[in-house]
Amino acid sequence: MASQIEKKLTPSRILIYATLLLACVAYLIPVFIMIITSFKTTGDIRSGNLISFPEVWSFEAWAKAWSTACTGVQCNGVSGFFWNSIKMAVPAVLISTALGAINGYVLSKWRFRGSDIFFSLLLFGCFLPFQVILLPMAATLGKMGLANTTTGLVIVHVVYGVAFTTLFFRNFYVGVPDALIKAARLDGAGFVTIFVRILLPMSVPIIMVCFIWQFTQIWNDFLFGVVFASGDSQPITVGLNNLVNTSTGVKEYNVDMAAAMIAALPTLVVYVLAGKYFIRGLTSGAVKG
Amino acid sequence: MAHSGVVSETASQPARGRLTQRLQQWLPKLALAPTAAMALVGIYGFMFWTGVLSFTGSTFLPSYEFVGFEQYAHLFSNARWATACANLAIFGLLFIFCCLVIGCFLAILLDQRIRNEGVIRTIYLYPLALSMIVTGTVWQWILNPSLGLEKLMHDWGWTSFKFDWLTNPDMVIYTIVIAAVWQASGFVMALFLAGLRGIDPAIINAARVDGASLPRIYLRIVLPAMRPVFFSSVMVLAHIAIKSFDLVMAMTSGGPGYASDLPAMFMYSFTFTRGQMGLGAASSIMMLAMLLALLVPYLYSELRGQRNG
Repeated sequence: MASQIEKKLTPSRILIYATLLLACVAYLIPVFIMIITSFKTTGDIRSGNLISFPEVWSFEAWAKAWSTACTGVQCNGVSGFFWNSIKMAVPAVLISTALGAINGYVLSKWRFRGSDIFFSLLLFGCFLPFQVILLPMAATLGKMGLANTTTGLVIVHVVYGVAFTTLFFRNFYVGVPDALIKAARLDGAGFVTIFVRILLPMSVPIIMVCFIWQFTQIWNDFLFGVVFASGDSQPITVGLNNLVNTSTGVKEYNVDMAAAMIAALPTLVVYVLAGKYFIRGLTSGAVKG
Repeated sequence: MAHSGVVSETASQPARGRLTQRLQQWLPKLALAPTAAMALVGIYGFMFWTGVLSFTGSTFLPSYEFVGFEQYAHLFSNARWATACANLAIFGLLFIFCCLVIGCFLAILLDQRIRNEGVIRTIYLYPLALSMIVTGTVWQWILNPSLGLEKLMHDWGWTSFKFDWLTNPDMVIYTIVIAAVWQASGFVMALFLAGLRGIDPAIINAARVDGASLPRIYLRIVLPAMRPVFFSSVMVLAHIAIKSFDLVMAMTSGGPGYASDLPAMFMYSFTFTRGQMGLGAASSIMMLAMLLALLVPYLYSELRGQRNG
């Protein structure tokens, strides 16, 4: 909606740029503080302030957060939690994306009586306050012998992630011309062939959106992790929270921040590398949901 | 429900057996079956189950001895639940309002042919990639009464500066608003920016020719056209507010005392740490009711709008 006139640097333009820049600083400063604090020593924290640079850049806090900081009774750092999160997120992302692709394909190209109602009912899963399913899910996982396991967490994330992935793929496939499918049908291609040969090859962008959206959601989840996991299956968010709220001895903010950085890095890296897809998922998930 | 006829008509090829044809007809439904089962059980079945539990006297383990509306009566006379709901009202309204104002304002500024717009947008949005637990941890440190912001201001010479909201029961809920707005306002910016890009520049130019000033054009023409974006932003933000749990957990654990409790925190602590499962179930049903109270009118107006338009 920009005007066609080439803009000169008028006072009002300068004001706009200044405001935008100020907002950038406001958004960046917490992570800046997190980074510099994580490289400080405990003494440095006492002598300096929030935004003062470390006297000496020290990796001590990172090492401690990774392997020796206390997260409750145990003092093994957050490394174990980190690997748990990877073991949980990778399969959950892959399975929910695969299911979403198949569902989206059926709900856009093989619609049948009732398929639209099914889609609406499924979409409610995007809005569900998860508190309302926690108790029965915990009981069910317990009955299946999957309480407090990574497998259990994977199942939970698939069940409640599939509504989003289905939404992404359906909306993407709706945009694929039906004529293409019809032509393939006439050539004798069936349900599976059309999906594998025609739709999947053009799905790379939406698969990216799904991967990134699901990875961010699952990696950052805390509620499922804290309710359905214990001890050696807890994800990084639970580990971080335990570390921060373990009140033994002096509070070490540098270790807290290093642990927070460790928890934040995977999703931040993904965001920096593929932010375009992340934003696409965010806006389409919101507007259509 | 329109029957999309792309592939549903049978392309009968004599070479194929009836069985294959049957299979082709059933394959799509078969492919949906796993998800259908998951949704039926995981969403609707479990919702119903929680509903049932909320009418029982369950404590540490589920029991099916029914007590009628007793748990709901307990819930509504519970002072902690009252605090949680009052906090949700304060938090929700402020959070939604601040995000809308900041997001909309930044979107309009970003829409003025800004150089490096992509970079700036990326910066505004990155907090959304972070876990609420990370956000809470960072803000807990920044707002720390002795070593955080207060010390910074003292170092800068403002020695009378005092900021103890994190430990002040009357103010603690506002610290959560600050952190949540920091995290989510970029999202509203993205939604509004997408909306602004959808407006026909010809309309703006016509208004300009008529001599309308830029702020006036935005106030009178552009913002009214943003109604749908506005409503979907409110929906998403309200949804985030009702579900808010991680952030409170990481920043204050609901404290001091239970001064920063939200319904999601209440539900968690009564169900999983205090062994009052029935009461916890009742509180989660109330959370569902809050969400439906927002969602149903929204969907109703959306569907009506679609039919009329």
